[in-house]
Amino acid sequence: MRSRIFTTHHRTLGIFYLFLALAAVTVGTLLSLVMRLHRVWPDLSLPFFGAMKPEDYLALVTMHGTLMVFFVLTIAPQIAFANLVLPEQIGARGMAFPRLNAAAFWLTALALLVLLAAFFVPHGAPISGWTSYPPLSAVPSAGPGQGAGMDLWLASIGIFCLASWLSAVTMLTTILGERRAGMTWSRLPMTVWAWLITSILTLLVFTVLLAAVLLLFSDRHFGSSFFVPMGDLVNGRIVGRGDGSPLLWLHLFWFFGHPEVYIAILPGMGLATSLFANFARRRPIGYRLMAAMLVAIGLLGLVVWGHHMFVSGMNPYAGTAFALTTMAIAVPSTIEVLCWLAILWGGSLLLRTPMLFALGFLSFFIAGGLTGPILAQPALDAYLHNTFFVVAHFHLVMAMAGVFSIFAGIYYWFPLITGRMMNETLGKLHFWITLIAAYGTFLPMHLSGLAGEPRHYERLSGPATSFPALLPVERGITHSALLLAAAQLIFLWNLFASARRGRIAEPNPWEATTLEWAPESGRSRVERGPYEYEIPANETNFNPQWERAAKEE
Amino acid sequence: MPATFTRHPVEIERKDTGIGGKPPLDRRPTGGGGDGDNWENRPPGRRGPRELLSRYRLGVLFALAGDLMFFVALVSAFFVRQSAGHFDARENYVSDWHPLAVPPILWINTAILILSSLTMEMARRQLFHEIDVMDEWLGLGRPAVKRATPWLVATVILGVLFLAGQWIAWEQLVQQGFRYTSPDPSSHFFYLITGVHGAHLLLGIVALATALGALFILRRVEMRQIVVDCTAWYWHTMGLFWIFLFGLLVFFQ
Repeated sequence: MRSRIFTTHHRTLGIFYLFLALAAVTVGTLLSLVMRLHRVWPDLSLPFFGAMKPEDYLALVTMHGTLMVFFVLTIAPQIAFANLVLPEQIGARGMAFPRLNAAAFWLTALALLVLLAAFFVPHGAPISGWTSYPPLSAVPSAGPGQGAGMDLWLASIGIFCLASWLSAVTMLTTILGERRAGMTWSRLPMTVWAWLITSILTLLVFTVLLAAVLLLFSDRHFGSSFFVPMGDLVNGRIVGRGDGSPLLWLHLFWFFGHPEVYIAILPGMGLATSLFANFARRRPIGYRLMAAMLVAIGLLGLVVWGHHMFVSGMNPYAGTAFALTTMAIAVPSTIEVLCWLAILWGGSLLLRTPMLFALGFLSFFIAGGLTGPILAQPALDAYLHNTFFVVAHFHLVMAMAGVFSIFAGIYYWFPLITGRMMNETLGKLHFWITLIAAYGTFLPMHLSGLAGEPRHYERLSGPATSFPALLPVERGITHSALLLAAAQLIFLWNLFASARRGRIAEPNPWEATTLEWAPESGRSRVERGPYEYEIPANETNFNPQWERAAKEE
Repeated sequence: MPATFTRHPVEIERKDTGIGGKPPLDRRPTGGGGDGDNWENRPPGRRGPRELLSRYRLGVLFALAGDLMFFVALVSAFFVRQSAGHFDARENYVSDWHPLAVPPILWINTAILILSSLTMEMARRQLFHEIDVMDEWLGLGRPAVKRATPWLVATVILGVLFLAGQWIAWEQLVQQGFRYTSPDPSSHFFYLITGVHGAHLLLGIVALATALGALFILRRVEMRQIVVDCTAWYWHTMGLFWIFLFGLLVFFQ
């Protein structure tokens, strides 16, 4: 640990990852605000930018999605939090391969830089969305930004895949081999279960994306035809030379893309379990059941990718199969939710800020999850797929639930990292404004989606579209989004002010039971489960994992 | 209330034979073994030479699992692309896929690669002979290194031969008019699959060379074992991948 920059210390790397995600989320949020403003006032001239052309709007969509999905929702809940506390939670001395772990961070940082560089090359950022469907993404002449910008996008994602692969290898080896004596499978905190499953998913799907990126790159530069169909006509010129299949990209991409959603959300589910137990002072009902359901969600997540392709010309029989597997995911998800509600029901909840954000996570998980089975029906999806309904669905269940779990984690582990508490009043203010503004932003999108408002259109009025009646809804959404972004300034202020001047935290301020809160001296073997609350004959009412178990059990 | 006899936990945990006596089979410094997942009775602290080795083996295993998915993606793309086509003017479903006859030299290359896996395994086993480790511990030179080196060198030579053979196969295809840039999808896949696998083998040769150097530099027996062992598992896996990929290229055109 001689160098402070090129450190191999996992907790420092975790903080680095969080700052990386903070940079990405800042840019991503600004991009989304520009998009929101443009939808309401399409002829507005922006400072530094000027009037926005339709393709600029698509570039914003692409970069917003890529930044948020890859560099925020993949990094923060999984890799950043795992680096912060995973080794401590299982009682390891550190990550299994610290240098590999550090290399993964620097590769991730490089990937972010390469991605952001796409803004500054000729013709700017790519316009084919975070999913980069060919032939738009496969033909450099297909649009502005599809030349150098798209190449940078592919390079960035390729590097990101390698980095995720390395950190997944490190994390899996750590969880499997570095646990402290007595840290059996049924004593793992639920966060560790979640990280275990997301690491397996990362290992299985990111290399598939890497292969797809390689094939697409070859199509763009070496004249192959993996994805470009025969006779594909771009700007009056035939570019398709072989019977390439754009559907092949969709299959490969969504085989990655759907598990990616679970990579983003499972750590939040693990964290919510820990926080509910901690702040309700109750044992989770059915620890093994909850762990098993996490595994089930992860496994089912590998076989549902086709539901992203219902309207892309897929065989209807395949569509039916994917619809069935997709709806099957509702079962383990519902069991998880019921288990959480069982912890919360009738408990005397300590509504501290981390708990509030965990409850917010639960609320978004339910609200966004309810539209999942609707979109899983091929017949309904045929209408809804290209509308704002889908935007509303994934922003609630993935983006907002994911972001609320990130906030919960930051508020929760802040005293562990800095030794100071974050301001409770500001935290609660931040929570309530964010909660209300997030629902205000994404709930109305369901309605405009049901009304048929298409996504990816840069404006609602004009010769191309006829949805001016939806403009008032759009205006409300934009105002709510601005409020949502403004509320994050409270968080940033709270974060940096509390890090310098916050109240000094006592050891184990939340009276948690998991090992990351253990004092340095209390690190021997583990003899307890992770959530031992409700101890009747114990005046503190909880037994931390680092204390020795009573002689007779 | 009658007094009950409860066993002290220490008595249950103590499975180690202590100083002297032959260690149980799973704790000897040879290949294989491990203590399963008996974390309840896991002694705290460092658990002997097996610990680091199994950590690195686990890492290589996971890394290769990810790599396997990379090749699975390529192979599934192969099959999807093979069945892709379009309807011509007479409403016939036609495809641009023309099966490619692989150059016969690939059979020789495959034999060379299988042979190299055998030499690699010989090299790996040399490092895990308990008697050699004991010799070194007593200061009687490094017999394990001495015995493993020729096998490692042989593996490097065979690996280079394989890559040269692949190069010759590419040259032959180019002379027949199949380039990567030619419009034939089967030739794209041939170059892509052999090329990506070749890149993996190149990485393997670099790892082998590093292991060869490390045998002489590293002072700890344990670390030498790890370097050679991990390279060996990587090498075997690449050999196995090649057999599947070769079968795909030959029999599933």
